[in-house]
Amino acid sequence: MDISVYQNIWFFIIGFLLTAYSILDGFDLGIASLMPALAKNEKEQKQVMDSIWPVWDGNEVWLITGGAALFAAFPFAYATVFSGFYLALMLVLFALIFRAVSMEFWYYDEKRRELWAWAFTIGSFLPSLLFGVALGNIIYGIPIDLNMNFTGSFFTLLRPFPLVIGLLGLSAILLQGCTWAAYKIEGDVARRAKALMNKLIIANAFLFILAIALSIGFLPSIVSNLSGWLGALVYAISLSYVYVCNRDNRPFNAFIGSSVSFVSLWVMAGAALYPNLVRSTIEAYNLTIFNASSTQLTLKIMFIIALIGMPVVLAYTIYVYRVFKGKVS
Amino acid sequence: MDVVMLSRIQFGLAAGVHFIFPSLTLGLTLLVFLFEYKFYKTNEELFKTISTFFIKILGLVFALGVATGIVLEFSFGTNWAEYSRMVGDIFGAPLAAEGIFAFFLESVFLGVLLFARNKVSKKVYLLSAFLVFFGSHLSGLWIIIANSWMQTPAGFAIEGGRAVLTDFWAAALNPSTLVRFIHVIIAGWISGSLFAAGVAAWYIIKQQHTKEAQNILKTAIIVFCIMSLVQFASGHLHAVQVTNLQPEKMATFEALWQTQQGAPMSIIGIPVESEKKTYFEIKIPKLLSLLAYFDPNAEVKGRDAFPEDELPPVLLPYFSYHVMIGLGSLFALMSLIALFLLLKKKLFTAQWFLYVLMFAIPLPIIANEFGWIAAEVGRQPWAVYKVLKTVDAVSTVVPATHVLLSLIIFSLIYLLLVVLFITILVKIIKKGPQAESY
Repeated sequence: MDISVYQNIWFFIIGFLLTAYSILDGFDLGIASLMPALAKNEKEQKQVMDSIWPVWDGNEVWLITGGAALFAAFPFAYATVFSGFYLALMLVLFALIFRAVSMEFWYYDEKRRELWAWAFTIGSFLPSLLFGVALGNIIYGIPIDLNMNFTGSFFTLLRPFPLVIGLLGLSAILLQGCTWAAYKIEGDVARRAKALMNKLIIANAFLFILAIALSIGFLPSIVSNLSGWLGALVYAISLSYVYVCNRDNRPFNAFIGSSVSFVSLWVMAGAALYPNLVRSTIEAYNLTIFNASSTQLTLKIMFIIALIGMPVVLAYTIYVYRVFKGKVS
Repeated sequence: MDVVMLSRIQFGLAAGVHFIFPSLTLGLTLLVFLFEYKFYKTNEELFKTISTFFIKILGLVFALGVATGIVLEFSFGTNWAEYSRMVGDIFGAPLAAEGIFAFFLESVFLGVLLFARNKVSKKVYLLSAFLVFFGSHLSGLWIIIANSWMQTPAGFAIEGGRAVLTDFWAAALNPSTLVRFIHVIIAGWISGSLFAAGVAAWYIIKQQHTKEAQNILKTAIIVFCIMSLVQFASGHLHAVQVTNLQPEKMATFEALWQTQQGAPMSIIGIPVESEKKTYFEIKIPKLLSLLAYFDPNAEVKGRDAFPEDELPPVLLPYFSYHVMIGLGSLFALMSLIALFLLLKKKLFTAQWFLYVLMFAIPLPIIANEFGWIAAEVGRQPWAVYKVLKTVDAVSTVVPATHVLLSLIIFSLIYLLLVVLFITILVKIIKKGPQAESY
């Protein structure tokens, strides 16, 4: 097989890993970000945590594996983005450290529960926002020089288009967390989640339309992208479906609807990027799946590893989710 | 300070703090599996209580391992972008394989251990304990593969200014992978078993949870004794490998300034790099030659055999290496005493030794840290031995001020994490083995 086949395969595998990450860790991050609105006392905070505690670190592995796969398959994109977005990523790391330990600390350090509850929420909220901002930037284009080095600053990242994408990503994660809360938890928490869900659907719809409008304005090539529009259609349908399911008290279906809407967002992001991985403000310096990839041998071996490993991972992940099915009371 | 030094300190800090947790994880998952197996076989509640206790601790240790581990994966890109470009074709794959084959496994099934004792059958629960044990060790293997490739790179060629994979198996099973894997795994088992033994000793001294404590102590001390003695052999093999494949590193560990036949082994001393001299040195004649080549008169290369700009600094690797070996010897001595007491059936009553076990809890972790420092600083000035220098591996676009800023924040966060980790650990231990987890 030609190397470009593998380069394409890896574009899709990394897309798959990140999509799975945002669906699975999305509900962890989302429910934690919403905890101040969902839980009014320590008992309810414990419910929120219990709903994700058995699975959250397995879910974060999708990010770790996605990051490592990007490193292995497209080291030049990994190096450019991670070094270029240094301060933003440090912020993500500080946040992820706190969210990882905050549940254990909340549980055992009873005197400072309020503090750890906030660490849990902020530690989840910041990455939820910044992941989208980072993605918005690589879609929109960042200043990259001939040597693939980022030449902007921290504030380059805070342009309007990436910020809107960041907010859209955040609201999608919040919706994911909200549907999880409604599905997984009983009592007042679920009731509050149900009430909050419609507001989040409106926020998502508004930010989505804004993002589409900005994309048409700033990235005219996107207009003729068919799979992007297909993604948009699926997004609109699935978001409406979340609304209908919430109205009809079918929280599990709302969660599925929210997950599908996340898939469609990734389809659109992928369609807007392909075959680029990181768009440069100077088109000739774009990092693409062709000029940023590892060699054919590495891509091929990694593909074999993924072929053997991923089905097994999916199988036992599904099994363990079934073990933990049922509501947190 | 320049950006290279700052990035090195930051990575060293991140790796050093992280390494506390996976090494404990290795030992704890072994103990959990052993006790779950006993519970499965005998159906005695005692073993279940003990296992649940360690699973609870494992949950805490694992959360800290995840929190500190993701920093390392990001660091190759954030701080070492030139490294990532130069060797990403080879170095990224083991990290990705670790995720796919190992890290998912241990994370997902740890969830079962922590929260699903009553939701799955006994068989599935035992299997989960095994998979967490297996996954954490497999995880260690891939990480050691990646790091060993930096020590003794193989299976690659330099093409167009970057290292390109030519032979996956040669790169993965490079000449130091296996011996370093064994060395690190055993170190983890020593850490976990001495931790458990120390905790049990404390219960026995306090006359609390005596039944559980005696059971824990017996199992843990057997693991500890065997592993401390085996570690001598594995350490020896590793040292021989280093002498052969990274001779300037061994010359630095031993502060062997001149190439010589019948090289001595340095036991203690203060090496001064600028004078190329070791003050107050105690050494055993011919022992280094004997150990390295099984011949007391064999020639061992000294630091003078290598170009100055390809030599690591002396003081830190020398010091770290000797602390590690000193502690390793102490563990072997403790093992012999423990075996003696065990045979005399005095292990539970020899108060002084119970105190020794208790206060020795942190020592294996310290030995691990210094072993790691010796290995990494001893590889300098190379990031990848003879392939890429550390100064050429750093991100060129990140200013020193940014790294300084992140380093300060990391230092504060890690200090907080370690303090809270110890506080909570003590809290869990004080509460003692109980049938329930969270």
